[in-house]
Amino acid sequence: MESIVRIPSVTGVDVELKIAGPGGRSYAFVIDWHIRFLAAVAWFLGGTLAYAGGLRMLPGDQIGAGYAFIVIVPSMIIYFLYHPVLEVLLRGQTPGKRMAGVRLVALADGGAPGIGALLVRNVFRIVDCLPSLYAIGLITTMVTKNAVRIGDIAAGTVLVYDEPPSSQLLDRLSGSAVARLGLEQAQLVRELLDRWQQLGPDARRKLATDLLARASVAAPGDDSALRAKLEELVA
Amino acid sequence: MSGGNIAGAKWFEQRVAEWRSAGARLRGLEHGKSAPAANVLEAVRAYPEIARDLALARREAPNAALTKYLEGVYRELHRSLFRPPAAFWRGVLRLFTHDAAAAARELRWQIGVVVSLFAVCIGAGAWLVSEYPELASLFASEKMIDGVQRGELWTDNLLNVFPSSLLSVQIFTNNIVVSLFALSLGVLYGLGTFYIIAMNGLSIGGIFAFTAQHGIAGRLFQFTAAHGFVELSVICIAGAVGMSLGEALARPGELTRAAAFQRSVARGFRLMVVCLTFLVGAGVLEGFVSPNGRFTLGARLAIGLGYFAFFLLVLSGALGRFTRARAARA
Repeated sequence: MESIVRIPSVTGVDVELKIAGPGGRSYAFVIDWHIRFLAAVAWFLGGTLAYAGGLRMLPGDQIGAGYAFIVIVPSMIIYFLYHPVLEVLLRGQTPGKRMAGVRLVALADGGAPGIGALLVRNVFRIVDCLPSLYAIGLITTMVTKNAVRIGDIAAGTVLVYDEPPSSQLLDRLSGSAVARLGLEQAQLVRELLDRWQQLGPDARRKLATDLLARASVAAPGDDSALRAKLEELVA
Repeated sequence: MSGGNIAGAKWFEQRVAEWRSAGARLRGLEHGKSAPAANVLEAVRAYPEIARDLALARREAPNAALTKYLEGVYRELHRSLFRPPAAFWRGVLRLFTHDAAAAARELRWQIGVVVSLFAVCIGAGAWLVSEYPELASLFASEKMIDGVQRGELWTDNLLNVFPSSLLSVQIFTNNIVVSLFALSLGVLYGLGTFYIIAMNGLSIGGIFAFTAQHGIAGRLFQFTAAHGFVELSVICIAGAVGMSLGEALARPGELTRAAAFQRSVARGFRLMVVCLTFLVGAGVLEGFVSPNGRFTLGARLAIGLGYFAFFLLVLSGALGRFTRARAARA
């Protein structure tokens, strides 16, 4: 069962946010980890190539301030400050979180967390990543009500699913179809038509027959006629 | 066709254009620092209407894609409309002139306890190494011990190894990490914090006693005079913040543990942001002044104590009172 956080609103209609569990959280983290690791390595190798004229380890006495500030320090900044900087700039998101369809919000109002809260949750990575591989953080997300790690508890944040609203289905739903079938049925027919090619012949026949029966329409035997009948129903 | 379906269709046809345009407008509101006033007013008007539509959709078709769409539009409208105004620099100024001092006042007992613990551990470390010199190996590496026995400090040739700028970055990064560890390990009911403070105290006391045995403690003090006052104070304050986190978890009072912890983190973090800024300055002094033989002890003490006085000025709230008084006069 999916967990939901309800944020009260002045309208009296709560904002409902679906909590991202350890799975969604880990997925986003793995994407982010690869991005920051590859970006840091790319900077390091590119910088070394440009600075040393080749990919070779510089001996200690040749590592001057120039090499350190142009190559080493930026690589470390990319790796270690990736999360706090991007979460602040992207208001609770990172590229990995975007790809995983999740976002950080403040538990108090459902809005983007403030800079302080985002920095706090990142400082507590020190505890969450102990003893290694984010063990404490992962276990905490499994046992807490809102699936949060210690950094989130400290900052009052929560990770939620955040698919941007897509009006695609809305664009293809007509008033007459809603009048004929009701809102829910009309959308079910529309969704079935959208997924027609992805479903096996038996599965789509079964679903189509069921939906036509609910609309008191006899189901034709032929596959293409069945589809045409559904198209006609939601025209 | 049922009457419910017809009413639903009428509602759908009347409102669908509004839902589409609300979704399109969101893109403009969500990105960037500001949005045109007309868009914002439009969003304010649409917000309760979308709320009403969503309530209907949740009742009539809870699992429908339209309901999910309206949930998304409503969620994003809520997020955009209730976004606090951006006032970053005003917040930073307030932090330095008011918030950090208020937090320091609230944490005065914890700061006192941690400073006392730190002082006791420095004394204990010094006593241990004075009584049992072989224990110096607990606090210093073999290379450091060999150097001190030859009358050399490990800090003597620092600038031959690293340039000042790089040294500064290394030092303040390391100090910030130690402070953040001392703070965040407070989550272990304060025990992690006490451990870090005690180890740092023992180590400093032990090393000073060891160098004193070889007659070079004065040189070590000279090295630390410019940066040490602020650096050690910040580590103690980080420990006090860590202790307050442990206290909030152990004795949350009337609040829930999570709420007490959050409150304690928010208060401590305001103080730590200011302290870590000073730690960067201490790192710069440690990279540029401390290893530079041209600075006499007097100059180092003047710099170190002056910087420490400025630090105290900020944390006592005197800077804030001064800026407010000046603003009132103006």
